[in-house]
Amino acid sequence: MSVDTATVKKVASLARIALDEDQAARLVPELNNILGWIEQLGEVDTSAVQPMTAVIPNHLRLRDDVVTDGGIREAVLANAPQGEHGFFTVPKVIE
Amino acid sequence: MTEYRIQGATGEWEVVIGLEVHAQVTSNAKLFSGAATAFGAEPNTQVSLVDAAMPGMLPVPNAECIRQAVRTGMAIDAQINRWSRFDRKNYFYADLPQGYQISQLYHPLVGEGHLDVSPDEKNPEATKRIGIERIHVEQDAGKLMHDQHPTRSYVDLNRSGVALMEIVSKPDMRSPAEAGAYLTKLRSILRYVGSCDGNMDQGSMRADVNVSVRKLGDEFGTRTETKNVNSIRFVMQAIEHEANRQIDVIEGGGTIVQETRLFNPDTGTTRSMRSKEDAHDYRYFPDPDLLPLELDEAFLEECRASLPELPDAKRHRYEAAGITAYQAGVLTAEVETARWFDALLEAGATPATAANWVSSELFGALNRTGRTIADSPVSPAQAAELLALVADGTLSGSLAKQVFEVMLETGQGAGAIVEERGLKQTSDTGAIEAVIAEVLAKNPNQLGQYRGGKEALFGFFVGQTMKAMGGKANPAVVNELLKKALAG
Repeated sequence: MSVDTATVKKVASLARIALDEDQAARLVPELNNILGWIEQLGEVDTSAVQPMTAVIPNHLRLRDDVVTDGGIREAVLANAPQGEHGFFTVPKVIE
Repeated sequence: MTEYRIQGATGEWEVVIGLEVHAQVTSNAKLFSGAATAFGAEPNTQVSLVDAAMPGMLPVPNAECIRQAVRTGMAIDAQINRWSRFDRKNYFYADLPQGYQISQLYHPLVGEGHLDVSPDEKNPEATKRIGIERIHVEQDAGKLMHDQHPTRSYVDLNRSGVALMEIVSKPDMRSPAEAGAYLTKLRSILRYVGSCDGNMDQGSMRADVNVSVRKLGDEFGTRTETKNVNSIRFVMQAIEHEANRQIDVIEGGGTIVQETRLFNPDTGTTRSMRSKEDAHDYRYFPDPDLLPLELDEAFLEECRASLPELPDAKRHRYEAAGITAYQAGVLTAEVETARWFDALLEAGATPATAANWVSSELFGALNRTGRTIADSPVSPAQAAELLALVADGTLSGSLAKQVFEVMLETGQGAGAIVEERGLKQTSDTGAIEAVIAEVLAKNPNQLGQYRGGKEALFGFFVGQTMKAMGGKANPAVVNELLKKALAG
C-alpha cells in the first residue's frame, strides 16, 4: 500500500490539518516509508495470536451510575475563544 | 393485509425500508463521565471535562448504560456479545468537541435479534418478523442552536456524552405501516424494559430512515438515508415521500445517488443535505483509551433476571384469560396501562369484565379529563372495589356508571358512595311490582298497543320502570316481572 499527494491532501483535510504543496509533497515519501514498515510487520503470521490490548493483564473498569461531576460551567467555558450566555459560540454552521 | 405497492408509470414498485433508531439510555450519569443527563438543564451545566474533551481526560464506562443495552438486547431475543469493543468515529463538527464519537463499529455489544410487529391495528394476531442487525452503544453529541445570533451558532454540551443505543434493523420492512408498527413495538419494549423513556418530542428516540425502491423480484435499489426523524408519523411520511420521489427520478431516466437527506415536517418532504463527499469517511479505529468490554455470566444473569414480562407474553396471558385480542393489544401497548391493569387483576377483578370496563369507562373518563393512566384519579384497588359491587349484584351497569362519576369527582371508594347515597340496586320484587303496576296504570295507550302485538314497546316499559326507581332496580328482575305483568 502506498499513498500519493492527493491521498495525503485528503487525509490532511479530513483531520483539519493545513498543508501547503511543499509539505504535502514531502509527506508522501515519509508516509510511504511508514506504510512500508507496517507492511513488513504484516509478514509475521499472527493468525493464532490474540490482539494485545494492554501490556499487563487488565480489565475494563466500569463506573456506578452516580452523578459525580458537572456544574462547572465556568471551568468548561474558560478556554473557549468565544462564549455568550453560558454557550460556546462558533461561526454559524447550518445546513 | 394487502401488500403495499406504489403504482408508477412503468408498473408497480416495492419499497424497501431499514431503520436505525437512536434511543437515549435511561441513566443518571453519562456513558463515560459522571455528569448528569436530565433534560432541560441550563446550558453547559451538565458537562464534565471529559464531555468537553479537555486534553488528558479519560473515559470510564457507566455500568448501568451497558446493563440497559444488554437487557434491551435480551428483550429482542438478540445475541449478547460478552466481548465487545469501542471504536472512534472521526469527524469534525461544532457539536462534537472530541473530534470523534466513541461508538462500536467492529464488535457491537448486541448482535442479531428480531421484533414481531403488527402492522394492522385491527388484527394484532397478524404479525411480521423484522430482523434486527445489531445494537451498539455510543455517545450522543451536543446541541447546536442557530436562531440566537445573526452570524454565530450556540453550542450546548449538556447532551454531549449521553449514552445512546443505536438499534439497527435489517431492510425487512416493505411499507410505511410496517415501519410505523416496528417503531411502535420497539418503543413499547424499550419502555417495558426501562432502558429508554421513548419521549420522541424530547429527542430520546429518533430514527434514520433508509429507503430504496425496486420492481418486484429485482435486486435492492440504491438507498437514501433520511436523518433524525423524530416522530413515528414523520417516519411514515418520510418513507412515502422518499419512495415516490425515487420512483419519479428513476422513471424520469435518472439514477438514485446514495446520499443523506433531511425531512421537513412542515411540508412532509425530504431534501438532500449538501454534505461534502468525504462526510462518510469516518476513519474508524479502536479507541485506545478503552479496553475491550468483557461481561461475565453473573452480569448477564442479573440482566436476564431483571427483565419484566414483555408485551407479547402479557398479551398472550390476557388472551388466555378471556380478553379479546384487540383489547389485549390495547392494554399491553403502553407499559403504564399494562401495569395499571395488572394491579386491577391482582385486586381480584375478572379479566374480561375488567378489560371492558377499562376500555370504555376508564379510558373514556381519562379522555374527558385529559389525563393519562399514570395520573388516573381512580386507583386499581378502587376500580376493583367498584367492579366487585357489579359482580355481586349490588350495582347495575348504569348505577356503576353513576358511582364511577362520583368516584372521579370525590375520590371516595365505591362502597362508601353506595352506602352514603343509597345507590344500591334493589332486587326487591314487591317494590318493583308496585312500581310496574303504577307504570302500566299511567300508560294505558302503550299498554293497549303492546297487548295488541306491538312488542317493541317492551323497552319503553323497562325505561319507565327504571326511571321511576331512580335506576336502582335490578334490570334482570325488572325484565322478568314486566313480562309477567304485561302478559296480563
